[in-house]
Amino acid sequence: MNRCLACHQMYFDQPGWLRIFMLGKSSNICQMCESKLISISGKRCVTCSRSLDGLRSYYVKGEQCLDCWRWEQSGVRGFEKNVSIYEYNSFLKEWLSTYKFRGDAIVATFFAEKLEMLYHTHFSGYVPVALPLSSKRLQARGFNQSKLLMQNWAEGADILHRREGEKQSKKNRKQRVSQITHSPFSLKVGATVRNQNFVLIDDIYTTGTTVRQAASILTRNGARNVSSLTVAR
Amino acid sequence: MKLSPQLKSLSLVLAGKRLLLSEIPYQTTLIQEAVQKGYVQQMSGLQTSGSRYSCVRCGNKDKSLLGSHHCARCQTICHYCRHCLMLGKISSCQPLHVWAGPPIPQPIIKNSLRWKGELSLGQKVASEAVVEAVEQKSFLLVWAVCGAGKTEVLFHGLERAFATGKRALLATPRTDVVKELYPRLQASFPDISMTALYGGSKDRHANAQLVLATTHQTMRFYKAFDVVIVDEVDAFPFSYDKSLQYAVEQAKKPTSSTILLSATPSSTLLKTSHLQVVKIPKRYHGFPLPVPCFKWVGNWQKRLKKNKLPSVVLDWIQTYEAKKKPLLLFVPSVSILTQVSEALQNQSIKHASVHAADPKRHEAVQAFRNRHVSIMVTTTILERGVTFADVQVAVLGAENDVFTEAALVQIAGRVGRKKETPTGEVIFFHYGVTKAMKAARRHIEQMNEEGGRA
Repeated sequence: MNRCLACHQMYFDQPGWLRIFMLGKSSNICQMCESKLISISGKRCVTCSRSLDGLRSYYVKGEQCLDCWRWEQSGVRGFEKNVSIYEYNSFLKEWLSTYKFRGDAIVATFFAEKLEMLYHTHFSGYVPVALPLSSKRLQARGFNQSKLLMQNWAEGADILHRREGEKQSKKNRKQRVSQITHSPFSLKVGATVRNQNFVLIDDIYTTGTTVRQAASILTRNGARNVSSLTVAR
Repeated sequence: MKLSPQLKSLSLVLAGKRLLLSEIPYQTTLIQEAVQKGYVQQMSGLQTSGSRYSCVRCGNKDKSLLGSHHCARCQTICHYCRHCLMLGKISSCQPLHVWAGPPIPQPIIKNSLRWKGELSLGQKVASEAVVEAVEQKSFLLVWAVCGAGKTEVLFHGLERAFATGKRALLATPRTDVVKELYPRLQASFPDISMTALYGGSKDRHANAQLVLATTHQTMRFYKAFDVVIVDEVDAFPFSYDKSLQYAVEQAKKPTSSTILLSATPSSTLLKTSHLQVVKIPKRYHGFPLPVPCFKWVGNWQKRLKKNKLPSVVLDWIQTYEAKKKPLLLFVPSVSILTQVSEALQNQSIKHASVHAADPKRHEAVQAFRNRHVSIMVTTTILERGVTFADVQVAVLGAENDVFTEAALVQIAGRVGRKKETPTGEVIFFHYGVTKAMKAARRHIEQMNEEGGRA
């Protein structure tokens, strides 16, 4: 019997040959919760991974979603692409908020494994960077949720600094997108980024403002490609 | 020494509680000052013995419900409790705060009870036992049949508590019960300061003399109450389990009264030492409890797969439908609920259905109560705490494991609760009689026998 990392109920692992020969890893969450996590698949935006299936045609611009198309139209450059594991549905929203805001840090172990796999498929050779928190927020939360998502697979380059600001999750879409030019990020003294590729690790990609703010700092300082890898899109 | 106005209001917030810094709505500087002057004491929220941790607030020791991470605040590996995370994170480096200054007394309020109703004979006996338990600081179980009128039994005991300046807690596993009892108690004790605490509620009255709280909210209290009443100690999902027991133990003062209420106490509870038991075997209206009858219906699951109900069940439904009587049909699970609902639709029988995860649960129950629909199919969610006038009850698949003795007694207890319609029918449709079914019937018959003698 295991306890589900998400719903705290006890459950039995699904039997199978891999489990019998101790080859497969048990997944830490019960089948009920697992079924509520929806992997991103089908036709997606080439830039941000957003699923384009079922999206109204108004929101689709060729191979891109309207958001990414707009970013490019408005001249925001320096961001390659985003890859995410799951769709940001109500179940994941609830679980990530338990992780981040209630502080259930060990939830990160579940996602870290999956992120590692995606990292190797999409971003081999890129330097992973956890999006930093401002020191005040870090003190309040006790941990950086992005950094914990890299546990057991990457150290991460400590090259970004973030100043104090309002929480992204407390702002609406317009407020978020409009602050693209007021980046809270800056390059740490002594950090070298020239001609390197970076992948930014974070929990959620919503409007893409945060990762673009961080990406533009890096590219302006000579980084070649900057992408992002997140749990939810 | 007199407290400053700020410290005074801090004392009211902290009185009888154990809180994290993030739960105290005051400036950190004020709290630090109070700690320095000795008015507030800090204690660790996590206990360690060797490499094992336990949560001081909720008592959790389960390894799979404890986590750890490198903490940016204390710069070491910090452990935390996942079990009571919803109340704010208890971790190695975040202390709990308790009031250590001069004690904050409760007022002495005499003759506070405004309720003018009459107690039944059985209620009177239990009521006297409750008053005695309050005075003697003893441990009492009120074992009252479904529909005995448990709440009224508490009134005189509570009045006595308030008359001697005592503080009381009424803890219950379910939010619905807190919300239902609050207005009733307010009407009965209009001069007593009272607060109702459940997930998402506001603590409107710090240091209230009577606190109504769910199990979870009880965990914030520490050495606060002279009288602790625990309602429905056997109720799913929080049977008088470890965490509720722990919360109650922590919330009461070292010498205090504990009063448990139940219609179906477990055998382990009955074996507890020093427990006094008072029974109310009769309903307040004096009529006996309806005794369930068993009816074999064969392999009903197979019929359901063909989108059909067993003919006996269908007959039963149609008979009462013709008489325009409201019906409650209990089923073992949500998936069977859907199947039964489809089978009924197949016969074009108008009905409603509810289960715990149903967002429209309250509307459906209200529609049934107002008789907009006369047939309600339900999981065990409606097994207790609800009263529908003149309702008839059946269980489909009574042999299923979810229908324990306690559940079946509670289900049967839905029938005949009103004075105007004190009788009715209870049928267990089954595919093989279980021990639990027999035990439930014996339980009810025994209570009726005792009630007859009384």
